[in-house]
Amino acid sequence: MTQTSDQAGSAAGTGQDAPGIADELLGFLAARTKSTWEHDQDLFAVGGMSSLFAMQLVVHLEKTYGVTISGADLMLDNFRTVDAMVRLVHKLGGSRASAGATAGE
Amino acid sequence: MTDNTDSTDNNAEDPLVVVGAGVMGTAIAALAVGHGHPVRLIDHSPEACAAAPERIELHLRTARMMGALPAGGRLGRLTTAGTPDAAAGAAAVIEAVTEDPGEKAAVLAELAAAVRPGTLLVSNTSGVPIEEMAGAVPHPEDLVGVHFMNPAYLIRTVEVILGPRSGAAAATAVRELLAGLGREGIVVGDGPGFVTSRLLHRMLNDAIEVVREGRAGPETVDALMRHCIGHRTGPLATADLIGLDNLADSLRVLHERTGDAAFRPSELLLEKVRRGELGRKSGRGFYTYDYEEITP
Ligand SMILES: NC(=O)c1ccc[n+]([C@@H]2O[C@H](COP(=O)([O-])OP(=O)(O)OC[C@H]3O[C@@H](n4cnc5c(N)ncnc54)[C@H](O)[C@@H]3O)[C@@H](O)[C@H]2O)c1
Repeated sequence: MTQTSDQAGSAAGTGQDAPGIADELLGFLAARTKSTWEHDQDLFAVGGMSSLFAMQLVVHLEKTYGVTISGADLMLDNFRTVDAMVRLVHKLGGSRASAGATAGE
Repeated sequence: MTDNTDSTDNNAEDPLVVVGAGVMGTAIAALAVGHGHPVRLIDHSPEACAAAPERIELHLRTARMMGALPAGGRLGRLTTAGTPDAAAGAAAVIEAVTEDPGEKAAVLAELAAAVRPGTLLVSNTSGVPIEEMAGAVPHPEDLVGVHFMNPAYLIRTVEVILGPRSGAAAATAVRELLAGLGREGIVVGDGPGFVTSRLLHRMLNDAIEVVREGRAGPETVDALMRHCIGHRTGPLATADLIGLDNLADSLRVLHERTGDAAFRPSELLLEKVRRGELGRKSGRGFYTYDYEEITP
């Protein structure tokens, strides 16, 4: 029933190489959390992000890279760091092209 | 997920009835189906009923991700309904409608009329005394309070309130219910706000006053409370998670029953509610949330 306010940005075509995905995720995190993160920093360490934010990351990856994250992949360890999320997207064969849409920023 | 994929086993049991498909009702329903129990979710809003399966699916995904559900467990079946008579045949009823004492009394009376006497009736009220609602039901001994925390499927500990007229059978039944949901109950006495809301809500209200006065912004207040005091979420982010409309309602309940001015809802809180800025559930409160469809 709720509507997503998903304004398509102009960020398409950044490529789906690992640095491209990592940069996009670091940008997403910076925008959402108003602070900067390292690619290997544990987002959920004490004082870090909440479990509800973890679900935002899942939805973001699914929308942005056209992947479906389920089963054993749906575990917090896959979202702890930007590096882990890049590995997951690669493993699932995700890319911006396969998402067919740009990420809403 | 609404459609049952495993009609073989646990769905033969009587359903747990959850009333109110809002922030808490959908989370409690997710907790129950995630623990294999069939759930009938009742809400008088057709929109809330229609949105419930998807919201519950998101809750379940979050719960799974956090390892908060029994491993390899089967899901209970979810059904929805629009009226309290659908509570007939319930194993137990959990009321989680809007924090409006009159509304709660009316709904509890209708639910009590629909179920077999002796069926456990639980209110998830944040602060209406159980004894006050006991007057609305024909068998007050069946009624207890369980203050599930938000998100209900992640926080294992709940506050259990036995009112002066709550019966021994209900005390036993609620212990069994919580065991079946993997929750740990801590029993406290009755009274406005019980323990947790009495302590938390005055702090949340005061944090909003600090913001209103301009002494510090929401991020600053939350950072101080998190990093200096050890509050996990921060008060303004907590207010957004709760829902600002519900927070205002709960404060009003406490203020009316205690006369304690600390519970009079902050003018900034009321203004946000008037503007429809209800926190996570509307996408904006003290913070903005871009993915409102995922807000539990
Ligand atoms: N939000 C929290 O963090 C939190 C935590 C613990 C307890 N609670 C308590 O849980 C209860 C529900 O709060 P919420 O935040 O989920 O509220 P909410 O506003 O998100 O949802 C309430 C739902 O109840 C439905 N409803 C209202 N009257 C009804 C009726 N007569 N019959 C059927 N459905 C009806 C509404 O349509 C709505 O969908 C309140 O008593 C609240 O104080 C809330």
